[in-house]
Amino acid sequence: MTLTSLWVLAEPSNGSLSTASLELLSAARGLASNVAAITWGDASAAAGLAGEYGASTLYSVGDLGGALPGAPVASAIARLVETHGAPDAILIPTSYDGRDVAGRLSAKLNRTVLTNVTGLADNGGLETEHPIFGGTQSAFAHFTGEAPGIVVVRAKSFAAESAAGAPAAIVEAPTGELGASGAARVVASHVEERTGPQLEDAAVVVSGGRGLGSADKYSMIEELATLLKGAAGASRAIVDAGWVPYSRQVGQTGKTVKPTVYLACAISGATQHMVGMKGSKNIVAVNKDPDAPIFQIADLGIVGDVNTVLPALIEALRQRA
Amino acid sequence: MNVVVCAKQIPDPAAPQSLEASNNLNRSGKLILDEADTYGVEMALQLVDAAGSGEVTVVSMGSAADVAGLRNALAMGAAKAVIVSDDALRGADALTTAKVLAAAIGRLEPDLVLAATESSDGYTGTLPVQLAELLDLPSITFAKKVTVNGATISVERQTEAGYDEVSAPLPAVVTVTAGVVEPRYASFKGIMAAKSKPVEILSVADLGLSDVVAAGTGQEVTRVVAAEARQSGEKYVDDGDGAQKIVAFLESIKVI
Ligand SMILES: Cc1cc2nc3c(=O)[nH]c(=O)nc-3n(C[C@H](O)[C@H](O)[C@H](O)COP(=O)(O)OP(=O)(O)OC[C@H]3O[C@@H](n4cnc5c(N)ncnc54)[C@H](O)[C@@H]3O)c2cc1C
Repeated sequence: MTLTSLWVLAEPSNGSLSTASLELLSAARGLASNVAAITWGDASAAAGLAGEYGASTLYSVGDLGGALPGAPVASAIARLVETHGAPDAILIPTSYDGRDVAGRLSAKLNRTVLTNVTGLADNGGLETEHPIFGGTQSAFAHFTGEAPGIVVVRAKSFAAESAAGAPAAIVEAPTGELGASGAARVVASHVEERTGPQLEDAAVVVSGGRGLGSADKYSMIEELATLLKGAAGASRAIVDAGWVPYSRQVGQTGKTVKPTVYLACAISGATQHMVGMKGSKNIVAVNKDPDAPIFQIADLGIVGDVNTVLPALIEALRQRA
Repeated sequence: MNVVVCAKQIPDPAAPQSLEASNNLNRSGKLILDEADTYGVEMALQLVDAAGSGEVTVVSMGSAADVAGLRNALAMGAAKAVIVSDDALRGADALTTAKVLAAAIGRLEPDLVLAATESSDGYTGTLPVQLAELLDLPSITFAKKVTVNGATISVERQTEAGYDEVSAPLPAVVTVTAGVVEPRYASFKGIMAAKSKPVEILSVADLGLSDVVAAGTGQEVTRVVAAEARQSGEKYVDDGDGAQKIVAFLESIKVI
């Protein structure tokens, strides 16, 4: 083993840590003996979970006073590197704030960033795997400069598995002087109403595409997701068209999902969509075009019209409920 | 208000893509303006319009052999373009690119820098924030709505749960998602006007960055392999029994 120390950005999420952070802690402890986590907000609430998943230390940036996390958290990490020495690499989840932290930190430390990572290995140093060309090929890369490497990892690349570790020891990690760079403030938060599981965590994902024909037809997708206790997703075509919010988008520029079953309705199966869902255990596709590329990866393909197949499916599932 | 929009000329994403022997993306074919950047250009034009004065400058890095993509942004209404083009920049990583763009943008002293959340060909997704850090500016990423009020920018920023209202003093860096605004089509008049608008071509040396670029990127692709293909299963033409087939499948995998 050539890696000794890895740090993981552990993002707060609903009073806990995000699933993607736990996935990274699980991966990190398999690669290095020394794993530390970095969080902000309420560290005492996070120390148990961070420890359980393998971190011995939890660096706490503390309350951000309404600032967007990118600048203050990157500043705190840069100071930790100065005072505690650099780990081999810092693993950061691909998320809105994770990417901000990675970008800021890269410029502060003058270190390159490897992003869109879906695999990590110790191959005489940290080796990263990146799906390219819609996931048809994998590129492998490594750092050639000074530590720490900064790695931004896509969600669902690793399983989140508890190591039953003891709570992590909390160490304060104050931010440095930020100046103008830290001046962005969150004035208000709006939470869209949501029922059922998160897209990335759901065992069933039902996604709709442009072939639905109009925004109101998406209600069929939502109803199916509810009946199957799953989450509703979307292709980029209908996100760009404004039918559903970006947070529903599956694919290269959206989320990666790996549910037990993925139901693709009226989605053609562009490589950029498939890279986000082809890791699903089972794939069912409904499309009226028998040559739609999505059928090439579907375990069950129904060549048919969503306007007849989906209402019938909804009816059949309702009767079972 | 003067706005800089970071824009990139990329190989058409709809065309098949390949790697060079160096493992860099093959960009030898025709390049087009990244569609992801058209939203930033449109947003910038609208903000300058609303402010009543100022102009939009497009800043880019890459091959300047053909600048049709940048002319496209000029045809939409941007006043001028600056492109840093240099063989030394082949294979540059996002941080090197950010250093180059920071130097090119710093000279312009803009009130606002707009960029896409990520490019369509490289999609590293960190460049705008690296740029903000190098320019010592606040940044707000994933904007779905942008308004400027005096010296303050207010943004609705996409979040996991919905959106946040975020504000920052100008100058600032903001990244916009696709679909925030409807990019205009260039008018015939716009296309004609674009032909005579200035496109400044700079080298790394012009920006005093030769040493920075020569230092290399600190990352290397070691190999590229074909990913395992997924096999297809059964396919049926719906005869009114499609829904039942799906129910039976979901039962067989114990989802219901
Ligand atoms: C850089 C880049 C990044 C991208 N990132 C993503 C991404 O993250 N996620 C993503 O999804 N896309 C992404 N795309 C876009 C992608 O290339 C496709 O354009 C998009 O996925 C198409 O969405 P769609 O399948 O809904 O629409 P279409 O391709 O238009 O397909 C619609 C399908 O519906 C079928 N259909 C029509 N009517 C019916 C009916 N009545 N019943 C049943 N079937 C019907 C049609 O046969 C067709 O197959 C990206 C593209 C680029 C260039």
